[in-house]
Amino acid sequence: MIRGLKYALTQAFVQVFRNKGMSLASIFSITAMLLILGLFFFVTVNINIATESAKQQFNTIEVYLLEETSRDDADIITQSLLSMDEIAGVTYVSKEEAMEHFKDRWGDKAYLLEGLAENPLPNSLRVELTSLEDGQLIYEACRNLIGVEDVRYYQEEVKKILTITDFIQQGALIIILFLIIVSVVVVSNTVKLTVMARQREIMIMKYVGATNWFIRGPLLAEGMMIGCISAGIYLGLIWMIYSRMVELFSNQALLLFSTSFVEVGFMMRNLIWIFIALGMSIGAFGSILSMRRFLNA
Amino acid sequence: MIRFEGVTKMYGGNVGLLDATIKIEKGDFVFLVGPSGAGKSTLIKLILKEIEPDEGAIYVNGREITHLSNREIPPLRRSIGMVFQDFRLLPNKTVYENVAFAMEVVHSTKRAIRRQIPQVLSIMGISDKADKFPAELSAGEQQRVAIARALINNPMMLIADEPTGNLDPDTAWEIMKLINQINRRGTTVLMVTHAKDIVDRMGKRVVAIDKGRIVRDAWGGEYGYDD
Repeated sequence: MIRGLKYALTQAFVQVFRNKGMSLASIFSITAMLLILGLFFFVTVNINIATESAKQQFNTIEVYLLEETSRDDADIITQSLLSMDEIAGVTYVSKEEAMEHFKDRWGDKAYLLEGLAENPLPNSLRVELTSLEDGQLIYEACRNLIGVEDVRYYQEEVKKILTITDFIQQGALIIILFLIIVSVVVVSNTVKLTVMARQREIMIMKYVGATNWFIRGPLLAEGMMIGCISAGIYLGLIWMIYSRMVELFSNQALLLFSTSFVEVGFMMRNLIWIFIALGMSIGAFGSILSMRRFLNA
Repeated sequence: MIRFEGVTKMYGGNVGLLDATIKIEKGDFVFLVGPSGAGKSTLIKLILKEIEPDEGAIYVNGREITHLSNREIPPLRRSIGMVFQDFRLLPNKTVYENVAFAMEVVHSTKRAIRRQIPQVLSIMGISDKADKFPAELSAGEQQRVAIARALINNPMMLIADEPTGNLDPDTAWEIMKLINQINRRGTTVLMVTHAKDIVDRMGKRVVAIDKGRIVRDAWGGEYGYDD
């Protein structure tokens, strides 16, 4: 068993180098496929994060309390709100805290606020929604609470955001499916070519009296090795491309989606094993496919 | 060694082999002759169990092979050394590795491989070509490698399918001398050929096939017909 494995691996190693043309063609097509899939994957992950964070900004409802509502009353309201599944959290914001935020937002013009005799801002509750889709429901519920002066919720904006993010996410899914089909076609064509090249070799091995597994082992190892090399090249390329993208477009992205790119190192650490596994499976799958026809003769 | 008893093989409506009965004893040297499409290749494919007969029984080394399972085919083929007109060497392996492959297939140890291959290469007169690839060799040299590979596991029998078909007359005769030597050391030889001069000159047993039938089986025979 161990000997068989060692034999398959050494054979595969030697053959990958000797069949330079075929190996290069296979490596090229698998790398191209991974690159297409991977680049789009990176883009999709970033779009998803951007859309999710866009949703985040709209998933709070501000509930302004009446002047006469006491802190205890506010706590009772908080408790009743927290009992609802649609609500993830409730934070009490006192008028003093609200003023601080206000000053922060005004920045160097904050001195203008110093002139105010008394704080005109109300105490409020910041209600966080579990899901943006429940916004309307919770908005209605909050308005009917006793001790509440007003409720602020960006209904129209939320609707628009939901439509746009749904559209983007569904579009991304369709394009990914399409790219997977394209990749499968490209790889299966390469496999067909290797089949032609291998046909005679497999026939000769069978004449010499090799068992199917004796032929299969090295070819399988070869396919996986090619897949692994492709994944390596792919990871190198994607790292370069993605770092460059982050470098070039980071600021624009921040403006556009008010979120930055997913960090390069984080992306790479999570992708290395996935893509090496993916590359090796593609290689193994290709080898099995190319052998099956000739081994059963 | 090899025995066909009333073996028939049809390809659709075409005759491959018709009611063939033949017996080849251990140590025999048999030429198999006949026009193209007469059934020579069919006979060899049946021995190697590449195809199944429609009728009859085939014995190799005393064993009926028409009912062998797929698992038992590789051992059958290892007991027979094959040489072909087109050599059938693995293009991406060196001479040494091509011969070694036949030993690796039967799980020989590295030591046995290192010991035996130089010997057989030297008998074949190609010791200096060990590290060359098939494409770097002449046709005659490639055939010697193929014979070395066929013999490395000491098979009971050598089947040669037009082994001189791609060689010039001098080289062909060299190869024939080698095969004859192998036969003298006790290996049964079955050789398909179209080379009239070789058959006539060797004076061995000749089995002639025509239209799927065995039409002649004579010791010390001649090629006997004109192509």
